[in-house]
Amino acid sequence: MAEQKQDARIPTVIADDLHIVYRVNGAKTGKGSATAALSRMLRRGSDDAARGVRKVHAVRGVSFVAYRGEAIGLIGSNGSGKSTLLRAIAGLLPAEQGKVYTDGQPSLLGVNAALMNDLTGERNVILGGLAMGMSREEIKDRYQQIVDFSGINEKGDFITLPMRTYSSGMAARLRFSIAAAKDHDVLMIDEALATGDRKFQKRSEDRIRELRKEAGTVFLVSHNNKSIRDTCNRVLWLERGELRMDGPTDEVLKEYEKFTGK
Amino acid sequence: MSETTHDATVAVSATAAPDEGLTAPELAAKHGLSVSGARPSLIEYVRQLWDRRHFILAFSRAKLTAQYSQAKLGQLWQVATPLLNAAVYFFIFGLLLEADRGMSREVYIPFLVTGVFVFTFTQSSVMAGVRAISGNLGLVRALHFPRASLPISFALQQLQQLLFSMIVLFAVAIGFGSYPDLSWALIVPVLALQFCFNTGLAMIMARAGAKTPDLAQLMPFVMRTWMYASGVMFSIPIFLKDKPDWIANLLQWNPAAIYMDLMRFSLIDGYGSENLPDHVWAVAGGWAVLFALGGFVYFWKAEERYGRG
Repeated sequence: MAEQKQDARIPTVIADDLHIVYRVNGAKTGKGSATAALSRMLRRGSDDAARGVRKVHAVRGVSFVAYRGEAIGLIGSNGSGKSTLLRAIAGLLPAEQGKVYTDGQPSLLGVNAALMNDLTGERNVILGGLAMGMSREEIKDRYQQIVDFSGINEKGDFITLPMRTYSSGMAARLRFSIAAAKDHDVLMIDEALATGDRKFQKRSEDRIRELRKEAGTVFLVSHNNKSIRDTCNRVLWLERGELRMDGPTDEVLKEYEKFTGK
Repeated sequence: MSETTHDATVAVSATAAPDEGLTAPELAAKHGLSVSGARPSLIEYVRQLWDRRHFILAFSRAKLTAQYSQAKLGQLWQVATPLLNAAVYFFIFGLLLEADRGMSREVYIPFLVTGVFVFTFTQSSVMAGVRAISGNLGLVRALHFPRASLPISFALQQLQQLLFSMIVLFAVAIGFGSYPDLSWALIVPVLALQFCFNTGLAMIMARAGAKTPDLAQLMPFVMRTWMYASGVMFSIPIFLKDKPDWIANLLQWNPAAIYMDLMRFSLIDGYGSENLPDHVWAVAGGWAVLFALGGFVYFWKAEERYGRG
């Protein structure tokens, strides 16, 4: 903590009593029948709950301040709201209540959703790059780098084949390579480390370390306590959408391991 | 257990000594932080959208290519699908129902094919628009871009699809004795106006569909009603000549009928201006501007809310 203080402590992300709620249609009673749906619709003029819209309160009143140069790990059991929190910080999920303030545009590491399996790897590199907001020139400059990094062409000319012909490992490698090609102010990584074979894993860890150096602040969601310990100097522990603990990595991980180990 | 939470939070905020005592909004203001996911101003939004023009184009072309990539005939279906479509309508309405009342065969067949293609352009833009946000939630929740990119991109995909259909349409027109002349140049402004109208409509449907995904089930019926009411396979003035004038006028001034009629007028030699309603170009332009601007503003108003599940 001492070394951060010298850094003049410039905040990059401020979460202020943040609440995120998902709404799920027609999941109220678990009855999917048409008559159930109709009777829900006919109960008009009532609130969400009565119309069969079920609310999932994924993040409940989380507040924290992240500073420049910090690498923050997010831990917690499955469904504790880690990924949701990341998306909210990135401004991708609207907040139900409270606000997130950020310096610049935080970005999630990941382009999976923009890629199309029916297109060639080549076109996906371009499409993914454009989707992340890179210019055509930037993509042209980095195209070879991305392909080399992914190692797709190590076993023949696969980049000109549709992505649906790739093995799942190859596709994951290409996705990571595209996502990691861009520089970010505030970078958020959602368990992206565990893709590909050992060789590729090592290469991606190096690349993440590089990205961290360039980025102001890094958030990392992971279930792997070792990779949190290796990369993060601060940890936020979420449980049931609430911030259970926030502090230096060692302290929080010790508590967390005690909690999960029991 | 909740006490642990409390202690830990307090401990951390205590280390932020220089900024201590500031509330979150004050701290944010002091260091120039902005609210994440806030809606940009309209001008800023247009600028962001312009920056993403390459993405919009690439996305629409990728969608178009991906459509037939598993088929053996591949991209040939881009042309074969509209051709088969036109054949089906000709068989039912031209041969079985003889809806070609008041027109010679040389006029009716291009008339029908033009109607089907032009209406399909609007129809598929609407259907793609409804699902533009609700069907791409993964993309919306993963990446940053002005959300209007999606409905615009889908409308653009339909425009490119229509350009393939135009090849078929030109062949049909020439096959039935309408040869290229100066009036064919009018096709360009007609398509431009219809594209503006479609894009605006797609943006309206995208916002509506994001809030109410059920619209995807409902819209096919609305669109079919619209199609039958717009004179895709029959001439409105001839079929409705016994009815009061205002009905025919109303139907003829609806945007789908306007764009179909203008396209037929440009393309078919035997389809003269006597078939067009009054002030046709003004109405065509009015619909385009009204929907493009209105739809854009309407879509932008909910920008920060897209992606909520």
